[in-house]
Amino acid sequence: MLRITFKRLMSLLAACLVPLAAQAAEVSVAVAANFTAPMKVIAQDFENNTGHKVTLAFGATGQFYAQIKNGAPFAILLAADDATPAKLESEGFGVAGTRFTYATGKLVLWSKKADLVDNRGDILRYGKFDKIAIANPKLAPYGAAAMEVVEKMGLTSAITPKIVEGSNISQTFQFVSSENASIGFVALSQVFEGGRIKEGSGWIVPSNMHKSIKQDAVVLNAGKNNATAQALMQYLRSDKAKAVIRSFGYEL
Amino acid sequence: MISPDAWQAIWLTIQLATLTTIILLVISTPLAWWLSQTQSRWRAPIAALVTLPLVLPPTVLGFYVLVLLGPHGWVGILTQSLGIGLLSFSFAGLLIGSIIFSLPFAVQPIQYAFESTGRRPLEVAATLRARPIDTFFTVALPLAKPGLLTAVVLSFAHTVGEFGVVLMIGGNIPGKTQVVSTQIYGHVEAMEYTQAHWLAGGMVVFSFLILLFLTRLAKRRGRIAL
Repeated sequence: MLRITFKRLMSLLAACLVPLAAQAAEVSVAVAANFTAPMKVIAQDFENNTGHKVTLAFGATGQFYAQIKNGAPFAILLAADDATPAKLESEGFGVAGTRFTYATGKLVLWSKKADLVDNRGDILRYGKFDKIAIANPKLAPYGAAAMEVVEKMGLTSAITPKIVEGSNISQTFQFVSSENASIGFVALSQVFEGGRIKEGSGWIVPSNMHKSIKQDAVVLNAGKNNATAQALMQYLRSDKAKAVIRSFGYEL
Repeated sequence: MISPDAWQAIWLTIQLATLTTIILLVISTPLAWWLSQTQSRWRAPIAALVTLPLVLPPTVLGFYVLVLLGPHGWVGILTQSLGIGLLSFSFAGLLIGSIIFSLPFAVQPIQYAFESTGRRPLEVAATLRARPIDTFFTVALPLAKPGLLTAVVLSFAHTVGEFGVVLMIGGNIPGKTQVVSTQIYGHVEAMEYTQAHWLAGGMVVFSFLILLFLTRLAKRRGRIAL
């Protein structure tokens, strides 16, 4: 009895493995956490169009950097900044000449409460808030941009005691969306849907108030001779992909 | 090498771990006693609840503590109505998170110690006309000493190593919620591997010493519950 079950199990397992073996064209991509939603759509479209398989891993760019340097088998990195791909390339982990900006992030001062944040960011001046969530400026480009905006408004010393730091932009969003912090600088892509801020109130920070938040992609050594990786990089630059990226609150 | 920031984080970590351990000892001893003695039908669910932090991913736990402390959570509503405000992003909030996170590490060794004592010494004490409260303090507690010691060491060490919960509810405020583990994380993320190595190396040595201490103790006493 046991033997039959075991045999069945093995054949079931084999049946599962066969399609995997037949599927030759596969590409694994490390994706910055803030780009999760658009990349899922783009990868799906790409798979439907080409029949290739895309495996996505979402995480923090700094973590990916450490993993890639230690032999992680990603073919492509979609980073949350432009520094990490450049660094990987100069250190010989990325393929030279493959880097490009796939999206530019937009910063928004956001609150879950309607009518709290005005459309000029004056709330920062009047200080009618308890805590403000900002991503760690050392780690997250959105955090660095936020600090730049605050400094440009001349409010650094006024705001610093009220800052709570998220280790990345997702966590910063969590602080604000759970209302533990009443306002916070988050990525527009986190609160954007169908061409507008979907909930609460927000001030979309003019992009001339901070260095642009360029998010770069790079082909890694593991993807050097992978045609699918090249095809995906190409697809990211297509009009169809760009439309998706824009619809999620990024600029291009 | 070790920056002032790092020393501040180390000092804060020690404070957090010490306070967590003391509070856990006060909470866990009666709880463990009850769990070891009761016939109540609530025993199993309560025991499971106490063990839950052991199996839940710290980030899940941290997320729920964040929601709990927030303006719509029970604790948040309570603290706001008491005029304390919100406890998230404060040392007190961190303390609450740490206590929940390390609860099983304190309760279980003490509970096992009480259970392994058995009923016999307690019954003997009762026949000598000791009141239950006397029995507890003069018989049960001294016999459970190895378990209590294990609980202290494990709670302290576990709080020092705690990361996910602190990251979720702390906000990384220097001097208030920035502890060693979150600082290591920051250094690694920022690719400052030298500073990360110093702190992480220190943690490894510390953890090793704690375990060495425990093993030595076990050998000497021959009955530490680990």
